[in-house]
Amino acid sequence: MSVSLVLVAVMAVLYSCGVYLLLERSMTRVLLGFLLVGNATNLLILVVSGRAGAAPFYGESDPLADPLPQAFVLTSIVITFGVSAFLMALIYRSWRLAHADVVEDDTEDVAVGRRDVSVAAEPEIASDDTEFGTRATAAVSTAVDLAEQERLEEAERLEMLHRFEEQLRREVEPLDTASLDAEPLDAERLDPDHTESTDGDRP
Amino acid sequence: MLAFLVVFALVPLVVPALTRRLGRRVFPVIALIPAAAFVFTLTQTPKILAGSAPTEVIPWIPQLEMSFAVRVDTLSWLLALIVTGIGALVLVYCAWYFTDAEEGLGRFASVLLAFTGTMYGLVIADDVFLLFIFWEATSVFSYLLIGHYTGRRASRVAALQALIVTTAGGLVMLVGLVMLAVPAGTSRLSDLVAMAQDGRLDLAAPLVTTAVILVLVGALSKSAIIPFHFWLPAAMAAPTPVSAYLHAAAMVQAGIYLVARLAPGFSATPGWHPLLLGLGLATMLVGGWRALRQNDLKLLLAYGTVSQLGFLIVVTGFGTRTAALAGVALLLAHALFKAALFLVVGIIDHRAGTRDLRKLSGLGREAPVLAIVGMLSVLSMAGVPFTAGFVAKEAVLAGFLGAAQGAGGAGPGSAAGWIALVGVALGSTLTVAYSARFLWGAFARKKGVEKVRPVHESVSFLAAPAILAVSGIVLAPLFRLVGDLLAGYPNRFPPDAHDYHLGLWHGFDGALLVSTFTLLAGLTLFWARTSVSTAQAKLPPIVNTSELYGRTMTGLDRLAARVTSATQRGSLPFYLSIILLTLVGTVGATLVMNRTWPAEWRLWDSPAQLVIGGIMAVAAVALTRADKRFAAALLVGVTGYGMAALFAFHGAPDLALTQVLVETVTLIAFVLVLRRLPARLGQTHGSAHRGVRAVVSVSVGLMMAAVAIVALGARTHLPISLALPDLAHDVGHGSNVVNVVLVDVRGWDTLGELSVLIAAATGVASLVFLRSRTDNLPRVPDAVRRSLRSRLRPVRETVSAEYVPGVKDPSTRNAWLLAGLKLAPENRSILLEVVIRLLFHAVVVVSVFILFAGHNSPGGGFAGGLVAGLALAGRYLAGGRYELGAAAPVDAGRLLGVGLLLAAGTAVTPLFFGAHALTSAWFDATIPVLGHIEFTTSTIFDVGVYLVVIGMVLDVLRSLGAEVDRQQEEASDELEEGSTI
Repeated sequence: MSVSLVLVAVMAVLYSCGVYLLLERSMTRVLLGFLLVGNATNLLILVVSGRAGAAPFYGESDPLADPLPQAFVLTSIVITFGVSAFLMALIYRSWRLAHADVVEDDTEDVAVGRRDVSVAAEPEIASDDTEFGTRATAAVSTAVDLAEQERLEEAERLEMLHRFEEQLRREVEPLDTASLDAEPLDAERLDPDHTESTDGDRP
Repeated sequence: MLAFLVVFALVPLVVPALTRRLGRRVFPVIALIPAAAFVFTLTQTPKILAGSAPTEVIPWIPQLEMSFAVRVDTLSWLLALIVTGIGALVLVYCAWYFTDAEEGLGRFASVLLAFTGTMYGLVIADDVFLLFIFWEATSVFSYLLIGHYTGRRASRVAALQALIVTTAGGLVMLVGLVMLAVPAGTSRLSDLVAMAQDGRLDLAAPLVTTAVILVLVGALSKSAIIPFHFWLPAAMAAPTPVSAYLHAAAMVQAGIYLVARLAPGFSATPGWHPLLLGLGLATMLVGGWRALRQNDLKLLLAYGTVSQLGFLIVVTGFGTRTAALAGVALLLAHALFKAALFLVVGIIDHRAGTRDLRKLSGLGREAPVLAIVGMLSVLSMAGVPFTAGFVAKEAVLAGFLGAAQGAGGAGPGSAAGWIALVGVALGSTLTVAYSARFLWGAFARKKGVEKVRPVHESVSFLAAPAILAVSGIVLAPLFRLVGDLLAGYPNRFPPDAHDYHLGLWHGFDGALLVSTFTLLAGLTLFWARTSVSTAQAKLPPIVNTSELYGRTMTGLDRLAARVTSATQRGSLPFYLSIILLTLVGTVGATLVMNRTWPAEWRLWDSPAQLVIGGIMAVAAVALTRADKRFAAALLVGVTGYGMAALFAFHGAPDLALTQVLVETVTLIAFVLVLRRLPARLGQTHGSAHRGVRAVVSVSVGLMMAAVAIVALGARTHLPISLALPDLAHDVGHGSNVVNVVLVDVRGWDTLGELSVLIAAATGVASLVFLRSRTDNLPRVPDAVRRSLRSRLRPVRETVSAEYVPGVKDPSTRNAWLLAGLKLAPENRSILLEVVIRLLFHAVVVVSVFILFAGHNSPGGGFAGGLVAGLALAGRYLAGGRYELGAAAPVDAGRLLGVGLLLAAGTAVTPLFFGAHALTSAWFDATIPVLGHIEFTTSTIFDVGVYLVVIGMVLDVLRSLGAEVDRQQEEASDELEEGSTI
C-alpha cells in the first residue's frame, strides 16, 4: 500500500510536540501533551488504514475508505475525551489542595535513593536452648525467660524502625521546603487580575 | 489412596475452627486421619507381598502427560507407613506438648496435618510433576512450621532460610524432571525407572545425565546434604514435635526416598556414584564431628541427623542389592530412633526449661521411664547389638565389605566399596561418640550443676516416644521378617554374589569386627571428651556454607538497594523519558532490521491535507512555546479541529462529526478548569533539560513515523473490511458500516469503552465532589413544576431598574431562562439567554435524530450524545448552575447506569434465546401514518451509548462547572465574613 507523506509528517510533528509537553512538570502542559499524543495516535491509525476513499456506506460504488480503523478511531476519540476530563479534574484538585500545577519529585523516592546503601547483615541465628524456659513445669534455675527476651527483641525492632523513620524525616524535610520555594505560582494566585474569567458566571 | 489425599487436603481447612472449640485436645482427634491412613496402608500388605503395586490414576492434563497417579510398591509402602505412623504419634504428642494458651495453635495443628497429608502424597505419587508439587508443598509447610514462634527472630530467619534452600533445590529438580520426562514421553516415575533399567533410556546421553544430576541436587538439598546441610540445624528453631517429624522422620527423608526410588534404574548414570558417595560421606563425617561439639541436646540431634542423612545417601545410592536392603532397613531404624529422641528432648525441655546439657543434672534418676526410653533409642542410634540400628548397620557393613571384595554385582566396584566402608566406619565411630554424649548430657549427674527438680511424670506424654523406642528394640529380632516384607525393593537390583538376609546374628564376620571397632573407638572418643573438645575448638570450621548463604543474601539485599537508589529518582519526567527511550531503542532496533518498505510513495491524497496538516503542525509547535493557558487550550483545539478536517477528507464523516463535537466539549471543559488557574503557565524546565527533552521527543516522533511507514508497507493482503459493507447490510441491517461495526460487529469493544467512560466520569466527580457524587445540582423552586398548566405559564422575574434602561421602578418581565434571576445582573447576557432558549429544545431533538439516523447515515449514539451534551453545556454557560439543574433534572450517575444497563442488556439478552451474545434481531412492519418502519435491536445498544455519553458530559459540567462555582462562592463568602469581623 502507498504512504501519504504529508500525513506521516504531521503525525511525527504531533508526536514530537506531544511527548515534549508530556515531559514537562506543569500538569496543564502534560494534559496538552496528552491531547496531542491522542490526536497523533488517531492520525497513525488513519495513515495505516490505507488510501482515502468514499465514506463507508453500503451501496457506494467508489472504493471505500477502510471502515474498521474508523470504528477504532471513533472509540479512541471518545475515550481520549474521558481521560482528559479526568486529568482536568486532577489538575483542579491539585490546585485547590496545594495551589500547585506541578508534578513534583516524590520526596520519599528521592530520600530512599539518597540513602546509604549499606544493609544490616542478617543477625546470626542466636538459638535459645529452650522453647519453654521459665514457663516449664519444673524449670531449672538457669532457665531463660523467653517472654522477657521477646520483649527485648520487639523493643530493639521498634528502636530500629524509629531510627529509620527519623533518618527518613531528616532527609525528606529539606527537600520539601526546597520544592515549595521553587513554586512561583503562589504569588500570581493572590493577584486577582491574573485569573481569567471566561464565563459570565462570576466576576 | 487418592481419597485419603482429598481428606488430608480438606480437613486442615476446618482445624483452626475446631481448635477454638477443643483447644489442644484437637490433636488426638486429627491424629485419627494419619492413623487411618496407616491402617489402610497395612491392609495393602498382602498385595505388596504378592509383588503387585496398587495404582490409581486420574487424568489431569493429558496433553502434557500429567496425571494424578499414585502407586504403592514396596518402597512407597514402607515410607507411607513411616510417614503416617510417626505422623499420628507426633500429633498425639502435641496434645501434651502445647497448652491451650499457645499462640497460633489452630494454625499449627492445621498445617501439621496438611503436612502429613502432603508427605503421604509425596511418597505415593507416581507422576513426577505430582511428586514435585508435593515436594515443594512440604517446603512451604515446613516454612510455616519452623516459623511457628512468629515473635522470635531466630524462628523467622531459620524458616526463611530453610524455605529458600529447599525450594531452590526443588526448582532445580523440576528442570531435571522436565528434561527426563519430556523426551521419554512419560511422566510416570515407575515407567521412567523401568525405562532406565531396561536400557530404553540412554543414561550416558548428556541430556539424561544432566537431568539426573539436577534431580539429585533437589534430593540433596531436601535431605540437608553438604553443601546444603546448614539449613537443618537452623530449623531447630521449630517446636520440637516439628523437628521430630519433619527434620528427622519425614521431610528430610524425602531426598533419601527419591534417591532410593531412582537407584534401581539410574545408579549407573555417570557422576551418580562420585556425587552421592563423596557428598554423603563428607556429610556423615562433618555432621558427626559437629554433633560432638554441641551443648544443646536438640542441636546435637540435629547435627546427628545431618550425619545420618549422609550415611543414608551413601547406602541408598550405592546400587547393590545388599546395600539397597540395608538402605531401607536403615531408613526404618533411623526414623524410629531419631523421632523418639527428639520427642524425648521435647519432654526434657518441657520439664526443665532448658535443653543445654550443661544445665541438666540428675534427670535420669528423677525421670527413670524417660531415661529408659531415651536410652533404648540411643542404643539403636549407636548401633549397639540387638537393636534395629545394629541390624541395619550390620547389613550396611556387610554390603560394603562384599562390594569391596568384588561381590557387589552391579555396584560401583571394589574401590568404592573400600572407600564407603572406611568412611562409614569412621562416621559410625563419631555416631557412637555423640550418642554417648547425648545420653550422658541428658540424664547423668554432673558435678557442680544444680539437680533438676522432681516432678510427676505424665505417662501419656511419654507414650509416643516410648512406642517408637520400644518398636526399635522389638523389631530387631523380627528383622528377618521385615527383610522378607521389604524384599520387593532390593530384588529390583541385580543379585550380589552372596545372598544377604537381615538378622541379629551373622556369626563372627568382618561386619561384626568393624562394628565392634566403631563401638570401642566411639566410646574412647567420648571418654576423652575434654581433650577432643579442646582439639575441636582449635580447628577451623570445616565446611561453612552457611556463611556463603548469608553473604549471598546480604549481597542480594545490597544489590537491590543499589538498583533502587539508582533508578528511584522520584521524578516522573525522568521515569517517562526512560520508558520512551526504551521504546525508541527496542522498536528502533527492530525497524533497522526491517526489510518491508512500501512499494509506492505519494505526497498527499489531496492538496487540502497539506494545508490542514501545515496549520496543525504550526499549532502544535506553537503549543510547546505557549505560556498562556487560554492560548494553549485554543492551540490544542486547532489541532483537534484539524483532525476533524483530515477525517472528512479521508472519507470518514462519522469521525469528523464526532471529532468536532468532542473537541468543542473538551474546549468547554478546559475553559471551565482554566478559569480557576492563573493565566500564565507557570513553571517550566530549566533550559538544561530542554535539549534532552527535545531529543527524546523528536526521536519518538521519527520512530512513530517509521512505524507507520513500515506497518503500511507490511500490508500485503486484502483488508478484512472489504467484506464489512455487505456484512453490515445483510446481518446488521444498516448502511452506515462504522456505526454497525460499533454497535453490532464489534459491540464488545464498545461495551468496554462505555465502562471506561463511566470510570472516568466517576473519577472526575469524585475528585471534585470529595464526599458524595449523588445528584446535588441546585434546583430553582419555580423549576419544579409538575402540572401541565403551570408548565405553560411563563416564568416571571424581577428586574431592577439599574440594569434595564427605560424601566423606572423594579418591575417584572417574562424570563428567557428559568434560573436567570439567580445570576448577578452584571453577569447576564440577554442575547445569550435568548439564543440558548431558542436553540436548546431544537438541539435536543436533533441529537435524538442523529442517534436514530446513525444506523444508515452519519451519526449514532456517540455523536447524538455529544450534541445533547453540548445543549446542556449551553444552558449552563448562559444560566449557571441553577440553570443546569433545571435543564438536567436527571442525575448523571443514573444516566450512566441506565445507559450501561441498556447496552449490556442488549449484549446479554440473545443468550436467553440460544443465540450468541450481541446477536442482533431485526423487525420491520408497516404502520399507518409512519409508513414502513425497520428496527434492529442494536439500536437499543446505541441508545445505551447515547445515554452514557450524555451522562459523561453532564458529570463534567456539574463537577468542573457547577461544583467548582459553588466551592468558589463558599470560599469568597468565608473571605467576606472574615473581613467584616
